[in-house]
Amino acid sequence: MPPYACIFVPDFSVEALLRLEPDLRSQALAVLEGKPPLQKVFAMNEHARAAGVTVGMTKVQLEACSDMVLRVRSPLQEDTAHAALLDCAQSFSPCVEDTKPNTVVIDLEGMESIFGPFPKIAREIARRTSDLGIEANVAVAANPEAAVLAARGFAGITLIPAGKEAEQLGSLPIETLFTGSSGDESQFETLERWGIHNLRALAALPQIALSERMGQAGVRLQKLACGNWSRMLVPVDVPLTFEEAAELEYPIVLLEPLAFFLSRMLEQLCARLGARALSTQELTLRLTLATEWHNDENADLPSFRSQVPSSTFERTLRLPVPLLDPRIFLKLLQLDLKANPPGAPILKIHLSAQPVRPRAAQGGLFLPPLPEPEKLELTLARIAGIVGADKVGSLQLLDTHRPEGFRMQRFAPAMPNYNAAQKTDRQESAVTALRIFRPPALAQVTLREGKPSRVQCPKRKEIAGEIIWTAGPWRSSGDWWEQDAWSRDEWDIAVQSESQISLYRLVRDLLSGEWTVEGTYD
Amino acid sequence: MSSSLFCAVAAPAFPVAFSPRESSALSDRLAAIPKLSAITPASRLTIRPVPEMISSGVPELDCLTAGLPRGCLTEICGTASSGRSSVLLATMAAATRRQEVCALVDASDSFDPVSAAAAGIDFERLLWVRCGVGNSATQKNLSRNPLMVPVEQALRVTDLLLQSVGFGLVIIDLGGIPFRAARRVPLTTWFRFQRAVENTPTVLLTITEAPCAQTCAALLLRLQSSIVTRVSAGAEPAPAHAQVFEGLQIQGELLRSRLHRHHEAIKALERKPAQSVKAAFTTQAVKVS
Repeated sequence: MPPYACIFVPDFSVEALLRLEPDLRSQALAVLEGKPPLQKVFAMNEHARAAGVTVGMTKVQLEACSDMVLRVRSPLQEDTAHAALLDCAQSFSPCVEDTKPNTVVIDLEGMESIFGPFPKIAREIARRTSDLGIEANVAVAANPEAAVLAARGFAGITLIPAGKEAEQLGSLPIETLFTGSSGDESQFETLERWGIHNLRALAALPQIALSERMGQAGVRLQKLACGNWSRMLVPVDVPLTFEEAAELEYPIVLLEPLAFFLSRMLEQLCARLGARALSTQELTLRLTLATEWHNDENADLPSFRSQVPSSTFERTLRLPVPLLDPRIFLKLLQLDLKANPPGAPILKIHLSAQPVRPRAAQGGLFLPPLPEPEKLELTLARIAGIVGADKVGSLQLLDTHRPEGFRMQRFAPAMPNYNAAQKTDRQESAVTALRIFRPPALAQVTLREGKPSRVQCPKRKEIAGEIIWTAGPWRSSGDWWEQDAWSRDEWDIAVQSESQISLYRLVRDLLSGEWTVEGTYD
Repeated sequence: MSSSLFCAVAAPAFPVAFSPRESSALSDRLAAIPKLSAITPASRLTIRPVPEMISSGVPELDCLTAGLPRGCLTEICGTASSGRSSVLLATMAAATRRQEVCALVDASDSFDPVSAAAAGIDFERLLWVRCGVGNSATQKNLSRNPLMVPVEQALRVTDLLLQSVGFGLVIIDLGGIPFRAARRVPLTTWFRFQRAVENTPTVLLTITEAPCAQTCAALLLRLQSSIVTRVSAGAEPAPAHAQVFEGLQIQGELLRSRLHRHHEAIKALERKPAQSVKAAFTTQAVKVS
């Protein structure tokens, strides 16, 4: 019989919140649900339980505990935690059952040859779950239901050898069978009345007598208690969707606290991608912004429902190569948000990553070095913050003779080609470069016999003097079928200034009649 | 490093006279103290390794300077129309032919893509940073002097590029910046750049109107040029449309070199410091097809 592993997360609502705020793990935390002011405790962690907090307590009752941390239940974060749990399970086996939001069963058949013996697999599952910010119980047993019961009942890692299910599960309280609604409340009450308090007692009941009193449901419960109830696993096809979301207690206005949340979310996102052996090339940050903010001064716990979210702010980060470094992502997002601030308080953060296969590249020993893609992206983002995003990159010439016929594009150098790198002996003769004036310098030109004889630029004092040599005009035009047609005469001129002779390109726009100095030959 | 000899309770306020026996014991004790490991005596200083030289893309200049040194700052200066940009394009073209990644920090935003394409530069390997044209938000922490804004941007960008190692050639083009602004770049900045590229395979090249980096530049080259024209046959005197701008006759002058002493031109420079060594070459005008 193939073994099964079960991941069970006790206090799932609390764990979902703690993924983004792990510092609260050491404090008493209670999760509230309901509309204010009728909010009641829905879940709590061990510290809160030790302090006497129980499910159903009201917020007023909790006010007696001074160091109690209160949080509102977040279905969005629970969904994200559930997706993370499935990602973790999927990283071990393709056959995964999505039993409940807090319970996942994994078929481990054939996984020994990949991950090692089952105790090692169980430890590895617990470690990866912990990496995803979730503290879970892991149990390995010969059938799914025994694994689920063991994970629900025993904290930490539990291994049940085949045939020892009844012995190991026997000490569990009878409530364990009903925690995940395996039976209804009336059956539980019946067993309580009979004085059955643990699974060993239930397993010891005569089967026929139990069947006569409780029907097939009773027999099923007994088989569950014995660890004999077996069923087919219902595998789920886990979609390759990597999203993290956070609903904030208070709207965030500054970028620094936002970076704190983004850091946590990116770490979780990268851990999930890493668990599936994937990287990302596109990150999308969607922020729900508050346009009206009514802070309830009298309430200790402000309600996010009092805010009216009406606008969404979205930024997409596209990378030239697949990356998986949360620190790089965070810095890039910070630089991007600094250049393009949201402009309103943030209520919800939604971060998604487009999964791609990781970059597989190997540098050559004898090839010239290339900037590391991670460092290069960060450097380019920082440079864009200094000169502007559209002023940095590589250029691409357009198929036109129009002046300034180029466009800037993202700089992403390809890996060096070994054969091309060897062919460096080819020497090309130097060409005369034009140093362009942007924008072109408006000029006052004196003509003599149709040729420019003197030039003066009011905004560039150094371009002034007699023209001692001219060549041209060279006429060009284009795009006459468009609205922005162009037509011009170009002259190459040598101007005698005080100490030297300088060469310029003088241009006359035939449509406007303006003279400009386009640049200097250098 | 502490020693029992220096951990005396208190130094006496009067001169102490040692007997010969005590003196010899003191000498022995001093000799036994281990030397400071982090300090190297001047007599044991090693000679700096000779930097690798790469081609500048102009054979005549390579003959003059033995190439451009990696891990050093090279300065090329010259006035307008002296051929600085032509040498720059040739150097970038040679670097991209070697499959190296280049970065051009264009302080005056004067780079001409058409000339660059004619020079054979692989644009995929060229990072072009256009300074001086950012919006007001990007210029918040920069100088109030509009003349210094592009210079400050260029220096900041260069700092970032040098930190992000992996570039084969980093060029700071201050050629279009007035010299009165370029010379305000502190010497410490050039020193910092020089230290940043030291022991890296990066060639740091700066183009200026007049020497700015001073002693931080391992190689200082000055360029001058004269115009080369061609006149179509037949017409005398030649009309303007019969004349063609052929290119520039560029003369390079090696003013300073702190590199290896094996090269003939550099030996000549050392023997006659008052006299520089020169080389000349001609560029070709860009033909638009």
